[in-house]
Amino acid sequence: MRIPTAIIAAVSALALTAPARAKTIQVAAGEGAQGRLQEALIVAQPGDVVELAAGRFALTDGLSLDVNGVTVRGAGMEGTVLDFSGQQGAGEGLLVTSDDVTLRDFAVENTKGDGIKSKGADNVVYYRIRVTWTGGPKETNGAYGIYPVASTGVLVDGCKVSGASDAGIYVGQSKAITVRYNMVENSVAGIEIENSRDALVTGNLVTRNTGGILIFDLPNLPVMGGGNTVISDNLVVANDTPNFAPKGNIVAGVRRGTGVMVMANDGVRISGNQIHGNPTAAIMVVSYPNKFDDPRYQPSPRNIVIMVNSLDRNGTDPQVPGGAQLVAAFGGALPPVLWDGVGTAPRAVGGADTTAWSLNLPAQGAGFETAKPTPLVLLRPLGPTHGMPSGDMKPAPVGAPAALDARARP
Amino acid sequence: MRLLAAALLLLGGAVAVSATPPPLLVHDGKITGSEYPQVLSEYGFFVSAAGQIPVPTVTPYRLNTPLWSDGAEKLRFVYIPVGQQAKAQGDGLLDLPVGSALIKTFKLGGKLIETRVLLHRAEGWVALPYVWDADQHEARLTLGGKRIALAGPDGKALSYAVPNKNQCKECHGVSGAVTPIGPKAYNLAPAWLAALQKAGKLDRVPTVAKRIPLWEHRDRADAALAARGYLDVNCAHCHNPDGAASNSGLYLGWLESDPIKLGIGKRPVAAGRGSGNLEFDVVPGDPAHSILYYRMASLEGGIAMPELGRAALDPDGMAAVQKWIGEMRR
Repeated sequence: MRIPTAIIAAVSALALTAPARAKTIQVAAGEGAQGRLQEALIVAQPGDVVELAAGRFALTDGLSLDVNGVTVRGAGMEGTVLDFSGQQGAGEGLLVTSDDVTLRDFAVENTKGDGIKSKGADNVVYYRIRVTWTGGPKETNGAYGIYPVASTGVLVDGCKVSGASDAGIYVGQSKAITVRYNMVENSVAGIEIENSRDALVTGNLVTRNTGGILIFDLPNLPVMGGGNTVISDNLVVANDTPNFAPKGNIVAGVRRGTGVMVMANDGVRISGNQIHGNPTAAIMVVSYPNKFDDPRYQPSPRNIVIMVNSLDRNGTDPQVPGGAQLVAAFGGALPPVLWDGVGTAPRAVGGADTTAWSLNLPAQGAGFETAKPTPLVLLRPLGPTHGMPSGDMKPAPVGAPAALDARARP
Repeated sequence: MRLLAAALLLLGGAVAVSATPPPLLVHDGKITGSEYPQVLSEYGFFVSAAGQIPVPTVTPYRLNTPLWSDGAEKLRFVYIPVGQQAKAQGDGLLDLPVGSALIKTFKLGGKLIETRVLLHRAEGWVALPYVWDADQHEARLTLGGKRIALAGPDGKALSYAVPNKNQCKECHGVSGAVTPIGPKAYNLAPAWLAALQKAGKLDRVPTVAKRIPLWEHRDRADAALAARGYLDVNCAHCHNPDGAASNSGLYLGWLESDPIKLGIGKRPVAAGRGSGNLEFDVVPGDPAHSILYYRMASLEGGIAMPELGRAALDPDGMAAVQKWIGEMRR
């Protein structure tokens, strides 16, 4: 039998690109799981797969991975559970500090701090990971479920988070980010993109959180200047859980019933989302509310464009001072878009997206008691580049590098 | 034939020599090789392991203010290969040549618990933890870390954590590469540096603008200097612009001068319940409302700082930080 040369070429190409001695290290639950799993994560070589068998791994300390190009794969987000109920130390369940890592098909439960953190870990893929605090929304739950930070190239795909006392999925100080097809519930923030650029948040379901999707930029951090972000085609419904974040954290100020919230940032497009049943506002565009001392920081949002969203039954029970009177004054529900009146107003293309109200705050940092609410009709964008960051003349790409897709397939 | 016999004889001689290495010399190949030695004795750092008596080429040292590790007594040693020198780099870290090793033994209740080594290999530094056997004759490599039930210095039960190899890097990492935290000139006695230079193991004695005070004399030192020294040693290995906590924006190094970076009036970023419902890292004059102090005073995972290497409270460190914040002008 003759083998077609194309296949030979393909096979040898594979042989060339695949690491020389990639192997699979199998780890089962049971006695000594902590030590065995941690050792596997240490001795793994680039290209290796650490395969977690089905079962419940009882863990006592945080795990960490610091080898590039390793895949940690379980037997499904319901099958393999890393159970941190007995965790004694460390700030998270699993910490990744190496590049090109794939985490897939397992669950992390009841960590004392964050669920999974990847820091300075470029081109990381989280695929079909579940992070759950099983006791429901509680202030004593860990802060972030899935927590990539200070990284370039982040794909969070098909994951499920419940119970985070800050954000279910939080991407911070990073760029080239895709967060798609995830479900986050019972957390203070569903999805939060903070001090980051070039993010695509699409096709997610966020429900029963305090706030659905937050795009923030904060001062006094090594990476600032968030922007060029697209929030499209998400289902942002019934985010009505009372805020249970420990005070001091920025999300502790998120009002119950916030659908999509943009704070500071340059260039955010909010399009094609179904934003329904969020009692305070469908979309909120505001400046950083606190005093700050950082000359590099721009506290007000710029170039925010809202288009073709389905907005329904929002603003019916807002968590704002005098909320009931405001609802009555506006005829039963607040307009879906809330702007604080500081800096430049967001723009909207048409329909319900243009129906807004402004707090008319006198300045950045002014309290709600200084608000003079008025209705507002948002103006149309100035041109096709509106919604791009200042100075950009054509759309800059958003989202994770396409090469990461191959690691996020069944 | 005769040649071959001579060669065999030579070879035999060589084998015999390498099988009985000259006494009291460190096995350099174990430091620079690519393997992870399984037991501590392979390195030959000690004449008496149980007594922690080093061979002559391994030099003991102390820090003015040491990292607090659950009250463990810590014995520190540096090895610089024969014929080589460390280079002074101003106030900061001594630059140790390839082939050097830093050795730190932890002792609690009179027993050796673990010895951590940092090896300077051609490809970079490698951090390895060794746990002592109950009979105190040997310490064994424990890559995956371990928890050991012990009595702490206060007599209370303690779940002592030996770090795994990756956790070593969480503290000893700068921009993703393992790097020693110390010894830094600003935390060393001038006399020790002078002696090292005199012994030919240091190129010159560095000039240090401002030294961290001796911890046991902290009551005589300025409260700010004592606390800042403590924070440098206990926190700044993560809380620096290139460390594991770089994204926090909270930088606690000895040479940091920006009040916001030091936490004064700074809001937390990703603290979660570590905030303790408080708004600022440091509130001048008010330690009870300072997140920094709150996290030092906690033992709970997710709140307690440092995240690693502390399973008990450090009352002396807490007192020093409390005094510093308390005396700070509002």
